[in-house]
Amino acid sequence: MMDWAYLFEISLTGISGGGLYALAALAFVMVYKATRVVNIAIGEMLMVGAYLFFTFAATFALPLWLAIPAAVLGSGLLGAVIERTMIRPLLGEPPISVFMVTVGLASVLVGLVEMIWTADQRRLPEFMPTKPIMIGEAFLAPKVFWGAVIAVAFIAAVLLVFRFWRGGVALRATASDQAAAYSVGINVPRVFSLAWVVSAMIAAVSGIIVGSIGGISSSMGVFGLSVLVVVIVGGLDSVLGALIGGLLIGLIEALAGAYLGGEYKLLATFIVLVAVLLVRPYGLFGTHEIERL
Amino acid sequence: METHPPGIPPASAPPLLQVDGVTLAFGGVKALTGVGFGVQAGSITAVIGPNGAGKTSLFNTISGFYRPGSGAIRFKGQDITRVPAPQRARLGLGRSFQNIALFRGMTVLDNIKLGRHAHLKTNVLDALLYIGRARREEAALRADIEERIIDFLEIDHIRHAPVSALPYGLQKRVEMARALAMQPEILMLDEPVAGMNREETEDMARFILDVRAEWGVTVLMVEHDMGMVMDLSDHVVVLNFGQVIAQGTPREVQANPEVIRAYLGSGDVGDLRARLHAGAATPLQGAA
Amino acid sequence: MRIGTLKESYVADAALFDSRTQKVWLAMAAALLLLFPFMASDYWLYLACLVSINVASATGLNILTGYTGLVSLGQAAFMGLGAYTVAVLETRAGTPFVLNLLAGGFVAMLGGIVVGIPSLRVKGLYLAIATIAASFIAHFIFANWKFTGGTGGLSVPPAKLFGLPLDTSFRLYWVIVPITVLMLLGAANLFRTRVGRAFIAIRDRDISAEVLGIPLLRYKLLSFGLSSFYAGVAGGLWAYFFRVVTPESFPLLMSIFFLAAIIVGGMGSILGGILGAVFMTMVPELLKLAVDLLPGGTELTVFLSPVRTVIFGLLIIGFLVFEPQGLAEVWRRIRRFFHLWPFRN
Repeated sequence: MMDWAYLFEISLTGISGGGLYALAALAFVMVYKATRVVNIAIGEMLMVGAYLFFTFAATFALPLWLAIPAAVLGSGLLGAVIERTMIRPLLGEPPISVFMVTVGLASVLVGLVEMIWTADQRRLPEFMPTKPIMIGEAFLAPKVFWGAVIAVAFIAAVLLVFRFWRGGVALRATASDQAAAYSVGINVPRVFSLAWVVSAMIAAVSGIIVGSIGGISSSMGVFGLSVLVVVIVGGLDSVLGALIGGLLIGLIEALAGAYLGGEYKLLATFIVLVAVLLVRPYGLFGTHEIERL
Repeated sequence: METHPPGIPPASAPPLLQVDGVTLAFGGVKALTGVGFGVQAGSITAVIGPNGAGKTSLFNTISGFYRPGSGAIRFKGQDITRVPAPQRARLGLGRSFQNIALFRGMTVLDNIKLGRHAHLKTNVLDALLYIGRARREEAALRADIEERIIDFLEIDHIRHAPVSALPYGLQKRVEMARALAMQPEILMLDEPVAGMNREETEDMARFILDVRAEWGVTVLMVEHDMGMVMDLSDHVVVLNFGQVIAQGTPREVQANPEVIRAYLGSGDVGDLRARLHAGAATPLQGAA
Repeated sequence: MRIGTLKESYVADAALFDSRTQKVWLAMAAALLLLFPFMASDYWLYLACLVSINVASATGLNILTGYTGLVSLGQAAFMGLGAYTVAVLETRAGTPFVLNLLAGGFVAMLGGIVVGIPSLRVKGLYLAIATIAASFIAHFIFANWKFTGGTGGLSVPPAKLFGLPLDTSFRLYWVIVPITVLMLLGAANLFRTRVGRAFIAIRDRDISAEVLGIPLLRYKLLSFGLSSFYAGVAGGLWAYFFRVVTPESFPLLMSIFFLAAIIVGGMGSILGGILGAVFMTMVPELLKLAVDLLPGGTELTVFLSPVRTVIFGLLIIGFLVFEPQGLAEVWRRIRRFFHLWPFRN
């Protein structure tokens, strides 16, 4: 006899966790939409945001309303530095090269974090409400719930911004044809920088939430692999895809973890990845690229 | 002067290449509609038409890159419409590309050798060991290319140069060399003199005539340079909006009012005749 | 100054080492390789074996990624397939080690072909990501299958050559290095023939390659198969060298290591694979030396691992930004300088 209540509870947790995936996926999509760069270091950028928050909130003991913006802005700065030093010089190179730069970046960030803060796991200061959330009979960990709420709020905000701001078009124009974008007056370098800064800031928010739930460590970046699956499923350049994909992957992971065992989580995710790549490589909402002979 | 009705090939000996009622659509866009013509063995046939008429799509369909929605392509009497692209090379369809498609990571010589790929036999094991068959085949290939192609196209001074370092005109010549290495029975040249100056154009025209004379290769080319088309071709096919609107000898096609209208819209017919006849630069975009 | 190299036949022009100076260098290198084990300490012999294994694997990856343009982050997983095959055969079947190595290569090759099957539909970066997925799936299988010893892994008895156990670096050197040299020769030969040319064509312009008569799927699978065969043999050698194989022996980080090696060395050149593997293997060792020499050395060793990680990353980024054609290009510049000396260019 199927335990529906358990299924419901697990699904709820999964979907909420998926909200976090969606937020991190949003950071990824931001960069891809503007620059066509697949940033595999997204998990590590998330980690840096979390560690910056740790530094400001715990080490420097700043109050929350200072620590969070400080961490987010610090991440934004990092994003700008990354774009200027290692992404911009590779403009015009094959996408594989930039991808490999982000692979190197991930390595550098992990190493730096380990050097400064060691590889030990740490806890972030509590700042979210602690009252357990009950939906019917299902229990939902408060941090997960509130994290998901914040994530979804962010995504909704970004979706709206893209809908009504002409900058959204500028973003897409820059990604598809830089020379053409320049010629219609779009400041291409500024768009690039902006995309990376915003992406890093969103990643930081995501990192702070994820860190609050599960603690922070130098191997947090592995979160990025699940995010990669999310954006492939949703479509590399689709904000909506990030949301739907995130929720979907969160759900699948939670179900796999509950019914098959913890070690099956990542496996299930990767099997979904392979399946999607084979059947619909551009994802649910991604734009299909057509090659000209 | 008689112009052949569009879509029906001239009656004579069975053509080497026969395109029959080919229709090609991308989503809602009809690239080719009911295109039909024949290419006689040993002839030089030109396909002309305004930009966007479907000339390159036609070439790509013959090459096997696009599968036509309906119609057939016959080569040496055999229906090759369903034959995959890599196998058409072995059957004798050689081709050059509109935007040079040389392999930038290789030298001129290696690019040319690649043309012969479909006819070579070396497999992986032979290749790794490089004794016996692989070595012999490579040596024979090299000798053949040197004697027949490199001398012919006068590119011996650049044979070891990386293609990315070459000027445009020489790259085009290397592309021609590679197409020749394919040991083609029919050589499809997509805008062989695009972007060339007078001198380079004349060199290329001479090569094309020599290829036909010395190698017995049939030539099918897409070209905008009307002077070249009129001077070299035996047969001309005119495309507009994906349809054959005229075909025949160069003279016939030049005089065809449909053709003139396609190039100039409704304008002074006599003026265009004179321009075409004088071998002027690329005709204006038609707006029929 | 080298003025010209006259070739008197096409066969001579196609030779791997054409000028007399190159042949001399080659002879000296061969002599060095032969004499080295008698002069070197255990530590350097250990390093030599490790470098050799890495060169073999890097060359395999170079065939796939450098020459054919298919980015793979699965090299470590294929090595793992080879290593586990060797381990299982040694412990359960006791077959001769050469057979085990070949079997390791074949199993890895099969794995490579399977991973390569989607490569027609799945292109570029998507394929790279698929190889990451394949890595994880392989890791999962290694860790959870009793046949492969689960998380504890398998220990590997030493390879036996005519009854003599190869249990020291000195003895293994005489197996590992010649095998690596053979693999290098094979790769170099490959690119003198139509197979190698086809790989490069696929990298540069796969659509045109197809129209010229190269069946894409077949050659992509060939490239995957060949490069993972190389990885499998390298993995097998790894198993005989370290004598223990666990699921953690071949992490994703190792795939990144090999990718870094061919970027740093120079993709699409056999010399690049060699230089890159040597460089990347020696960098951590040089780091260790540097840390030993610095005052306060013992406290700094805890930094060794993260510093190594940072340097890996910096090397990848640095070479891609400043020297995308790698050390091989640097080498070529040095050679050109000496060829033209005393002229400038």
